[in-house]
Amino acid sequence: MTLWNKPAHELHDLLVKKEISATELTQDVLARMDAVEGKVKAFLTITKEQALEQAKAVDEKIAAGENISFLAGIPGAVKDNICTKGVRTTCASKILENFVPPYDASVVTKLQKEFPVLVGKANLDEFAMGGSTENSGFYPTHNPWNTECVPGGSSGGSAAAVASGSAIFALGSDTGGSIRQPASFCGVVGMKPTYGRVSRYGLVAYASSLDQIGPITRDVTDCANVLNVIAGHDDMDSTSSFAEVPDYTKSLVQDVKGLKIGLPKEYFVDGMDQDVEKAVRNAIEQLKSLGAEIVEVSLPHTKYAISTYYLIAPAEAATNLERYDGISYGERIDGADVVELMTNTRSKLFGEEVKRRIMIGNYALSAGYYDAYYLKALKVRTLIQKDYTDAFEKVDVIAAPTAPTPAYKIGEMISDPLKMYLQDICTVPLNLAGLPGISVPCGYSQKHMPIGLQLIGKPLDEATLIRTAYTYEQSQSFHKEMAELGGAEA
Amino acid sequence: MKVTKEDIQNVAGLSRLAIPDTETDVYIAQLGGFLEYVENLKEIDTEGVAPTTYALPMQNVFREDVVKPSLDREAALSNAPMKEDGYFKVPRVLEE
Repeated sequence: MTLWNKPAHELHDLLVKKEISATELTQDVLARMDAVEGKVKAFLTITKEQALEQAKAVDEKIAAGENISFLAGIPGAVKDNICTKGVRTTCASKILENFVPPYDASVVTKLQKEFPVLVGKANLDEFAMGGSTENSGFYPTHNPWNTECVPGGSSGGSAAAVASGSAIFALGSDTGGSIRQPASFCGVVGMKPTYGRVSRYGLVAYASSLDQIGPITRDVTDCANVLNVIAGHDDMDSTSSFAEVPDYTKSLVQDVKGLKIGLPKEYFVDGMDQDVEKAVRNAIEQLKSLGAEIVEVSLPHTKYAISTYYLIAPAEAATNLERYDGISYGERIDGADVVELMTNTRSKLFGEEVKRRIMIGNYALSAGYYDAYYLKALKVRTLIQKDYTDAFEKVDVIAAPTAPTPAYKIGEMISDPLKMYLQDICTVPLNLAGLPGISVPCGYSQKHMPIGLQLIGKPLDEATLIRTAYTYEQSQSFHKEMAELGGAEA
Repeated sequence: MKVTKEDIQNVAGLSRLAIPDTETDVYIAQLGGFLEYVENLKEIDTEGVAPTTYALPMQNVFREDVVKPSLDREAALSNAPMKEDGYFKVPRVLEE
């Protein structure tokens, strides 16, 4: 039986019925990984032996007649900016090439209690800065639907692993779209929960007021189940929400009757790909035919979101990345004195995009420019958030594209950083406002590259997002198609 | 606003980054282009608007002042590029 192409909920049922063993499942996924990883390059570290040991432990539990949790024995991948005790965590940066965390991120601790099988650490744009995984300090990841294309980013490795069958589910992180956009590009489901819903403890910080960990899965059912595991308060993260966490699987119902879905005209931007617009509008029509009410809404400050985001995120990044000084951990390149040591280490080991963002951030924070750039951006952030607050007085959910285009060719955008930043227009406003968002597959471009529908929710209302996404998903079959590993290089 | 070579070297110094002369022009062009783009924020009247640093309403979070186990010294030092006698080791900071 082929197992790597199934969602976790089907595999869980097969495990419970003893039709398969966790070892068989793990071996099937690892064999798939062997077959595709050379083309996709979704992983920075593969933990085969550990995975097989974990699978064996789950099989022993099953043999002993124990009940197993949803993720028990299910092969998963973790983005390589999430700390895993004893397993190298590089952030795809040369500066952390040999960093082995002495502790687990809280999400990993929560996952481990469910006994999943962790097959490896997924590639990303260095320190999660980028939207294509081309900024990895080691190698780019390729899109499983067409290996000449990018998988999106920064959680490109996580999305490509799930899409290609070398993991059944993955964790990613989303600072400006880094879960949702690669999910859209790779034809899988990706959710950024509300800021504070999932602990950031052990997530290597990029922009602390925007970062959030979330699931990347084959379908909405798996998304709800993984979110159940990772959501909830954590004493180790002072920005972690105290709000009660509902059982998200209770939202896996097909019902959008009377649900008010807002359609923001500002998200259908000039220069948007026509295939994307068509697929997203079709999906919204589909939700309407299922009983939802579509309401036009306006989010007038959307056009300022890129400027706001690319001042705030680099400012926070410049501060967070001060810690890579070659002293307490990470690589070191010596110098005559401490300042030269730090400068050598940072200059030689950070990649171009990371340096660019540190420079932008420190410029925006420096004396004489702070008020004009950083403080101004924080004020506009208030207005962007207020747009949503106003819109959510009229609607329950907002629907939009996840990205203005499908996946583009590797190398196509890399020489023009600003053009790359503008790609984030549909995703960054949610991070600025702290809102939850989910991307679900809603069709293909003419070249058969996946397109994502983005649903945006009220703060802490992931449940309504899951219900809406599930209702839409079950009305069509895009989520059932797996990537074919096409492209000239395949 | 025009970005100068001095601006680049100043920010590079603050960032503990060495930008070679051959790359200064690229930084001037990229940072300049970026600053030109973000000029659009000036269109918005933000008089009386409070800045948002965190999206959700949050206040100081306190915990009970009790001793809990923390990372032991060996684990904390396990990734240090150089260490000696339980300390991080750095080049001489003070002049003789």
